[in-house]
Amino acid sequence: MKPIALVESATTGAAARARAAALPLAELNPADPQGFVDDTVGYVFERLRREDPVHRSHSPIPGIDTYWSVTRYRDIMQVDTSHGIYSSEDGITLMDFPPGDEQKLPMFIAMDPPKHDEQRKAVGPIVAPANLNNWQGLIRERTVRVLDGLPRDETFNWVDKVSIELTTYMLATLFDFPLQDRRLLTHWSDMATSNKLTNPDAPEPEVRMAELRKMLEYFTRLWNERINAPPRTDLVSMLAHGPATKNMGSTEYMGNLILLIVGGNDTTRNSMTGGLLALHEHPQEMSKLRANPALVDSLVPEIIRWQTPLAYMRRSALVDTELGGKQIRKGDKLAMWYLSGNRDESAIPDPNRFIIDRERPRQHLSFGFGIHRCVGNRLAELQLKILWEEILRRFEVIEVVGKPTRIRSAFVRGFSDLPVRIPS
Amino acid sequence: MPKVTFIAFTGSVHTVEVPAGTTLMRAATDNRVPGIDGDCGGNCACATCHVYIDPDWSDRVGARGATEDDMLNIVAEPRGNSRLACQITLTDALNGLIVSLPEAQH
Repeated sequence: MKPIALVESATTGAAARARAAALPLAELNPADPQGFVDDTVGYVFERLRREDPVHRSHSPIPGIDTYWSVTRYRDIMQVDTSHGIYSSEDGITLMDFPPGDEQKLPMFIAMDPPKHDEQRKAVGPIVAPANLNNWQGLIRERTVRVLDGLPRDETFNWVDKVSIELTTYMLATLFDFPLQDRRLLTHWSDMATSNKLTNPDAPEPEVRMAELRKMLEYFTRLWNERINAPPRTDLVSMLAHGPATKNMGSTEYMGNLILLIVGGNDTTRNSMTGGLLALHEHPQEMSKLRANPALVDSLVPEIIRWQTPLAYMRRSALVDTELGGKQIRKGDKLAMWYLSGNRDESAIPDPNRFIIDRERPRQHLSFGFGIHRCVGNRLAELQLKILWEEILRRFEVIEVVGKPTRIRSAFVRGFSDLPVRIPS
Repeated sequence: MPKVTFIAFTGSVHTVEVPAGTTLMRAATDNRVPGIDGDCGGNCACATCHVYIDPDWSDRVGARGATEDDMLNIVAEPRGNSRLACQITLTDALNGLIVSLPEAQH
């Protein structure tokens, strides 16, 4: 079956590349969410890597304004591993909120050492090897149940029936969250990442905060239950008992919950969707995989590279410094565009092809590098590995029958819809 | 050519011989020794080449660097003899080095 999406994108791709080439360099703004909705931002990055790899970018969105776009793999690696020069304390998204604004929440991804280290150490053990081993069986059981329950011979939304369902189950397990309420986790994750300034359909800031407060109430109840019980291996219990975290205030608790819910939720979700789409668009890779299912081990990191579920991370310069030949001023804001670095041919061979048996598949930037490298990275890989193992065992064909709908965000690179049909 | 022995968490043993100047991490990954991942390719940026240096060798491998120290904060089970393998270069002086591996890399 000829993948129709491929043919169309060849035409629109050429047009998008031409548009990116025609704009004056100073007007290129990778943070324009439209470039993510129509998936043309790659052409902007291509030009920036070539002509202005540390680029002074301007966004009309209030709160973003002016920022440096870092687009080459090596420069991104340099920024990510220089936490003494580039701080995370102003936040890790490009949006700046006025001081005292409630929308910014304290979480260890947005802290520098020493506080960062203390809090990360409290959370890290949850994804220690022993726990990953313990959860394998449960993850596989859930995956099998979801896949076996999928409709046949009718079109359904893969995002909803598979990606959201599986990642929500996993999150509920991590928190030992009541399973019957697990869709609240998806709801709160979506609330946390919503931004009315970039997406007009998002809820008003007051509505967003009201929903996040309900999340705090629910988790406070769980905290109160578990602090009075012996310590267990779920995240709430670990936070409630951990010496570095048991005295955290409610705003910090909320911030760290959001970090773990978002970090563990729509990233894995969007990789589950993105992987299916990638294999559909590269049928020769799907054939390779079916012929050799052991390739799942290198398929999974390639999916994560290809999708780059968080397109960038933001830093602020603590001092005047130099990067890629540009003078960075103390206080300047920078975006490490992981999505661009992951397509940088000077670091990754043949980066614009989806190749499931790369020699160094884990060199991608999607989990970041340095002290903030994604604490859940092996858990994310485990979920994706189990998903693909079980798909290969039970479905000869999964047809993507329509175009994906991409989320309006320059930060979360994902999908709200992917129409799929599985023949019986 | 210096020899180095890797003792896995399960107890299995791999000994490899590599040209002097090879990092301990590449000694493992080039020879497909299981248990060391080296995701970042040796940039002291991922802490997935975590090893424990055998006590007999601790004073011979040298001290940790500052960045290495920061990165060792994020490994699952840090110990006094923890090192990142990408930061140790094998020379003839380290011939016979023994290291053991954590349960998994992260």
